[in-house]
Amino acid sequence: MGSASFSWNLVGDFQQMWSYPFMVNAFRAGATVAVVAAAVGWFVVLRRQTFAAHTLSVVAFPGAALATLAGFALSLGYFGFCVAAALALALLRRGREPGGSGESAAIGIVQAFLLACGYLFMALYKGLLEGPQTLLFGSFLGITTGQVTTLAMAGVAVLGVLAVIGRPLLFASVDPQVAAARGVPVRGLSVAFLVLLGAATAEAAQITGALLVFALMVLPAATAQVLTARPGLSLLLTVVLGFAATWAGLVAAWFWPYPLGFFVTTIAFALFLLAHGARLLSTALANRIASATIPAGAA
Amino acid sequence: MNPAAQAQQQDLLKVEPASPAASGAPVTPTTPVLCLCGAAARVGGRTLWSGVDLEVQAGEFVAVLGPNGVGKSTLVKVLLGTVPAAAGDIRVLGRRPGEAGHRVGYLPQRRSFDSDLRIRGIDIVRMGLDGDRWGVPLPWSRSRRAEQARVDEVIELVGASAYAHRPIGQCSGGEQQRLLIAQALVRRPEILLLDEPLDSLDLPNQSAVAALIGRICHQEGVAVVMVAHDVNPILHHLDRVVYIAEGGAVCGPPSEVINSETLTRLYRTPVEVLSTQDGRLVVVGQPEAPAVHTDRHTGREK
Ligand SMILES: Nc1ncnc2c1ncn2[C@@H]1O[C@H](COP(=O)(O)OP(=O)(O)O)[C@@H](O)[C@H]1O
Ligand SMILES: [Mg+2]
Repeated sequence: MGSASFSWNLVGDFQQMWSYPFMVNAFRAGATVAVVAAAVGWFVVLRRQTFAAHTLSVVAFPGAALATLAGFALSLGYFGFCVAAALALALLRRGREPGGSGESAAIGIVQAFLLACGYLFMALYKGLLEGPQTLLFGSFLGITTGQVTTLAMAGVAVLGVLAVIGRPLLFASVDPQVAAARGVPVRGLSVAFLVLLGAATAEAAQITGALLVFALMVLPAATAQVLTARPGLSLLLTVVLGFAATWAGLVAAWFWPYPLGFFVTTIAFALFLLAHGARLLSTALANRIASATIPAGAA
Repeated sequence: MNPAAQAQQQDLLKVEPASPAASGAPVTPTTPVLCLCGAAARVGGRTLWSGVDLEVQAGEFVAVLGPNGVGKSTLVKVLLGTVPAAAGDIRVLGRRPGEAGHRVGYLPQRRSFDSDLRIRGIDIVRMGLDGDRWGVPLPWSRSRRAEQARVDEVIELVGASAYAHRPIGQCSGGEQQRLLIAQALVRRPEILLLDEPLDSLDLPNQSAVAALIGRICHQEGVAVVMVAHDVNPILHHLDRVVYIAEGGAVCGPPSEVINSETLTRLYRTPVEVLSTQDGRLVVVGQPEAPAVHTDRHTGREK
């Protein structure tokens, strides 16, 4: 944007940004997307399904391209493609454990085919000039209030389902055999989670673009899991980190003339590195204290 | 507190196993908690074993022995109801397999958690308590505190308090195994199905865990069915042995099953059982000796 310069007076900065309705919408949409992507992403990282998440986010691109080509609502293209691809993945990997090698082959097949479709739709739609970049890297400009409402509704639906299935899903992710013996529908949950992942991806892709959904899904969760091994706290931290990275990215993209996706990803990645650094430091300190107290205790 | 929550809390705090009257068919000391009659198992179109008869009473410690691939784990899964029986009548606590829910505790064969799994041991134990419930738990409720107390108690019981707060992936095999036993025990099951719980433990840990299971079995009256690779660590805790081989099974007291005559009859080939001075048993001459095969699962690990 560059219409003003960043002042470190955050209240003033936010007042300035929020005097534009489209920026208010951008922040609202960003918050929704970040929270939903983070919550779903936490399970993605735990279940080691990042490749599936990546595929579903890539699939958002042909979905959007087809919507542009056929002239229907973009969000319909996103949701339709992502959820359909999630079901296809679920079908292709029936009976296999999540994160297994059989899964990656099936996912690769879906990803390659749908990407090819995306290029075809782009080629067919000759007038698409600045389009592909937006589809891939996202844009926070021109988000309408209607879009924000749609996003919020989809987000509430995804979070609601996640809240209901969360505990059995965690059980099934960490310990599928015992969960199954306890009567948890492990397979059904695995399909349900893929569909949720598809919906969350479709939602996020509309803001961040197909390539950067992945960052919002995986980075905050990976960061939080570095910091704590308590499931509840870790989930909460994931949401906070995702939210912070997105809003900070929006602020940065307003004041500096670079893409939003770049800022969000860079901030999230920086947080990830910081978390690793903090953990290394705390382990080193703990070792230091331990080695310092043992001789003292012996003396 | 509403009556349902109160009942649930009482259930959690009760010391004895859940009362039989409250949960389906009556289980008196004379009715077996586990009953197989002419049972058979088939996986992938192949019959693993058939004509298996077995009755287990409350508080009995039963070992399932036999060579690798003979269907010991499958027997456990049949009892759990995750694999259907091909024939015969099977009753678990007077019901069909899979219907007894949390009254059956299960420890599957050798799962080790990824070393980078960031979930604490205590969370794994807790999943055994409420991991199958839908919806969001209300924090700070009274039943929640009772549940927390139960988790701590069972962790104390298996002696895992020192490492229960570490990420489970960073615990050693023996530590993980104790936590998993705690997970299987946390709902106060009446039957424990343990699939090679001593696998991957060193000798002192094997006897310690065996003694722990024996204590739970005989003191708390929990029926234990334990698949074992090597009978020796559990030999003096055992009440009965089921030996599966060659598509059939024999069961009875250890001394009546693990001897040269019975095993020769079962394998239909000469088998000798030697007893060492310290009372250990060594089975010699069977097609595949369970005591020497310890590496079947190492290929699956990273
Ligand atoms: N789902 C399955 N489909 C096909 N074969 C199976 C399946 N599960 C187990 N088997 C086969 O059944 C046999 C018995 O397996 P298992 O019960 O695990 O043996 P054990 O525990 O006695 O070593 C093995 O040969 C195994 O390959
Ligand atoms: Mg087995």
